[in-house]
Amino acid sequence: MTAATDSSPLLARPMRFLRADIWTVGTIFFAALIATPILTVLILAASPSGDIWNHLASTVLPRYIRTTLGLMAGVGAGTAVIGVAAAWLVTLCRFPGRRVFEWALLLPLAMPAYVVAYVYTDILEYAGPVQEILRQVFGWSSGRDYWFPEIRSLGGAASMMTLVLYPYVYLLARIAFLQQSACVLEASRTLGLGPWRSFFSVALPLARPSIVIGVSLAMMESLNDFGTVDFFSVETLTAGIYDVWLNMNSTVGAAQLATVSLVFVLALIGAEKWSRRSQRFYSTSSKYRPLPNYHLKGARAAIAFAVCVLPIAFGFLVPAGVLLNYAARFYEESLSANFLTYAGNSLMLSSISAALAALLGLFMAYGVRMSGNPILVAASRLASVGYAVPGAVLAVGVMIPLARADAAIDGLMRNLFGIPTGLLLSGTIVAVTYGYLVRFLALSYGTAESSLAKVTPNMDGASRTLGMSPGRTLRRVHFPLIRGSVLAAAILVFVDCMKELPMTIILRPFNYGTLATQVHQFASDELLEESALGALAIVAAGILPVIILSATIRGTRPGHSGEKG
Amino acid sequence: MKKFIVCLGLIALLPLVPPPAAGEANLKEASPGEVNLYSYRQPFLIKPMLDEFTKRTGIRVNTVFAKKGVLEKIKATPGVADAVLTSDVGRLNDMSEAGVLLPVKSDILEKNIPVQFRHPGGLWFGLTMRARILFVSKKRVKQAEATSYEDLTKPGLRGRVCIRSGKHVYNISLIASIIAHKGEAATRIWLEGVKANLARKPGGNDRAQAKAIYSGQCDIGIGNTYYMGKMQTNRKKRAQRKWAASIRIVFPNQAGRGAHVNISGAAIIRGAKNRTNAVKLIEFLSGDFAQKFYADQNFEYPVKPGVPVSPIVKSWGDFKADTISLTTVAKHRRAASKLVDLVDFNNSTKSSNN
Repeated sequence: MTAATDSSPLLARPMRFLRADIWTVGTIFFAALIATPILTVLILAASPSGDIWNHLASTVLPRYIRTTLGLMAGVGAGTAVIGVAAAWLVTLCRFPGRRVFEWALLLPLAMPAYVVAYVYTDILEYAGPVQEILRQVFGWSSGRDYWFPEIRSLGGAASMMTLVLYPYVYLLARIAFLQQSACVLEASRTLGLGPWRSFFSVALPLARPSIVIGVSLAMMESLNDFGTVDFFSVETLTAGIYDVWLNMNSTVGAAQLATVSLVFVLALIGAEKWSRRSQRFYSTSSKYRPLPNYHLKGARAAIAFAVCVLPIAFGFLVPAGVLLNYAARFYEESLSANFLTYAGNSLMLSSISAALAALLGLFMAYGVRMSGNPILVAASRLASVGYAVPGAVLAVGVMIPLARADAAIDGLMRNLFGIPTGLLLSGTIVAVTYGYLVRFLALSYGTAESSLAKVTPNMDGASRTLGMSPGRTLRRVHFPLIRGSVLAAAILVFVDCMKELPMTIILRPFNYGTLATQVHQFASDELLEESALGALAIVAAGILPVIILSATIRGTRPGHSGEKG
Repeated sequence: MKKFIVCLGLIALLPLVPPPAAGEANLKEASPGEVNLYSYRQPFLIKPMLDEFTKRTGIRVNTVFAKKGVLEKIKATPGVADAVLTSDVGRLNDMSEAGVLLPVKSDILEKNIPVQFRHPGGLWFGLTMRARILFVSKKRVKQAEATSYEDLTKPGLRGRVCIRSGKHVYNISLIASIIAHKGEAATRIWLEGVKANLARKPGGNDRAQAKAIYSGQCDIGIGNTYYMGKMQTNRKKRAQRKWAASIRIVFPNQAGRGAHVNISGAAIIRGAKNRTNAVKLIEFLSGDFAQKFYADQNFEYPVKPGVPVSPIVKSWGDFKADTISLTTVAKHRRAASKLVDLVDFNNSTKSSNN
């Protein structure tokens, strides 16, 4: 591996501005397509919103920002610690249960955060079993006699989200650790570093771009969460956006607050770029031997076991167990005639969107890599901030341009052929698919970008010198190297689409439902029991891809078709 | 690699396959036998009524259930939806202010719905009524201790009150009604007083307040009437019956202006292509069958005079409802939301269990 300052000839050649190959044009086109709804929100935000800002600035805005920062910091720290620790342990250490943990650590990914929040509120609130037992055991008669952490709080919200979001970090960190050359680690050990030091001074810095992507994805997801913060009445920017929108009846004010939250995201991205400055790490060694396995025994093995089993237990087993119990008792209420149709719709929408997002993300990341044009870089960045915009606000941004496009197409078709086409886009699942792409492109683009960044530009150079076109270079050289990451991104998008709610609800056509909307009609009234079956179906649909994913990334280690552990 | 790309590509092309029957209807403009409905009310609540409507008239009802973005959807794609069902007067007011509602003149609607429950210009119609009442602990709250919303600020109730988020649409309407009666300054003092008496940070839904009372975390909560009915009769969730049994219902302000009431309602959307069908649907929802269904299944008060309330609701006794115009209340919603911010209502400084 080499650390190089960023001055590779491929990325900064003059005249690049003027080149209009298919990659540049395509990347700009897709970036514009995906950024349109975000721009629509920004344009909406440019209208005057009356006296709302006076009110916000003098009352809640500082609170919103403080709470949001607190939530993001909590979720960022929590997911980073759990995700990296677990990934390091299962990738480089040997201890009982490791092979199961490899995939089981991904399971909480399939749990919607608000469902976990409902489950733990029932368990941990004053009226719940935990406090009831404590009161009985210690003879306390009321809440005045003891202190117990309040689950409906900022800390509670951060904990709930950490439980379901750490798999992002775990997944990306694990791929990064797997892709590291054993030589680097061995060299560090030879130079006298212990396992801890070589982890902190070699493996962690090398894996950092992937870890940072994972953490920032988790933070962005926590930023746009509404279900959990609404349930806990924690006043984040997103909660504020919905309040201004629905209680103060100001779409413009909501769009303006959404712009503030975009500033957070851009700051996050900027901070990440700045912290890396111009350092790049490329894999240049082709010597990959099985990664070292630290054999853990006794207390160390027990600690490693606990570090892996606790997130799975709290993020998956407990909530899934509660849901299973509810689903068994309430399936009659939740099993509507259309349940299978909804499941089919969910699977189809999510598969389509995952495939599209993976292709687009790879295409754009490669386009940006090849051209290095700053406009392209900026456009792609803008296209991937949709992830942090609250879904319902983004849905409005999707709806407006699609409805305009529909009107234009309809008018054109009437004039030319006398055929009215009606709502070709905004009245069909095209709208939902488009919405998902706008929302989740960050996942696939970010992953593709960070894994492409690890491939040295010398490879591009060699391949191009040998006469391969950029497309063939991507297919023959890059893709095999980053296949695991692309698949990982597709599966992340798939699972996220299965859970996605606000955009699905707003953009769907009449009489169209998914598992998530089915869950929502009950969950919106906190009828967790009735919503359990749908929630479990979402989780179940997420498990299989998660296991496939885990198996695939084992095989992503370069130079190995599969690693024996 | 190639196979992988081909697979992804094929999946990506799926949206171009013509969608199945459900989606097909949307490509065409609605045929005469349809009505397109946006609903804030959950499908499981309204589906049986809509099915009955279709059975009687042959008119198919296409629905989307959504709680956000409906107004924006109506504005972006005019003429797509014919009617809207809401669970609160606030949304109806937002829509009438946005100018997306169509005035309707219907003898049936005017006969079925008393004047205080519909828009004076026929822009929207209330279909059911519910009161926002006090849930008080049978054991720990004396008869005279809490009889009005104002009582919730009494020093004797310190650390004994619980409520869902001050920003929830039901509480916003309640606060707006107090503003309408007493002005913003007095309402602010009231909100601060309630906040000072809270047993815990606001949160959960109305049922959660009943649970908190049952468990002893607090003594008085605020909730909508139908939640009480649902808890009292819950067949499968026995625990909820216990919560309800620990509670006495207090219709507040019976000696004064009456209990705050809200409506669920319906309206026709401007540019509706199936206007006649949509009016028929609302007329049906204001008629005996639907009104009785609302009353029996969801424990709401029917607006149509002469339709009996469910036996459970009847057992709570009659009450005096605040007769202030709901349009007036709705106008104060924004101010109500701002007051909740001003007093930082949702961040009760009390820790959880005090």
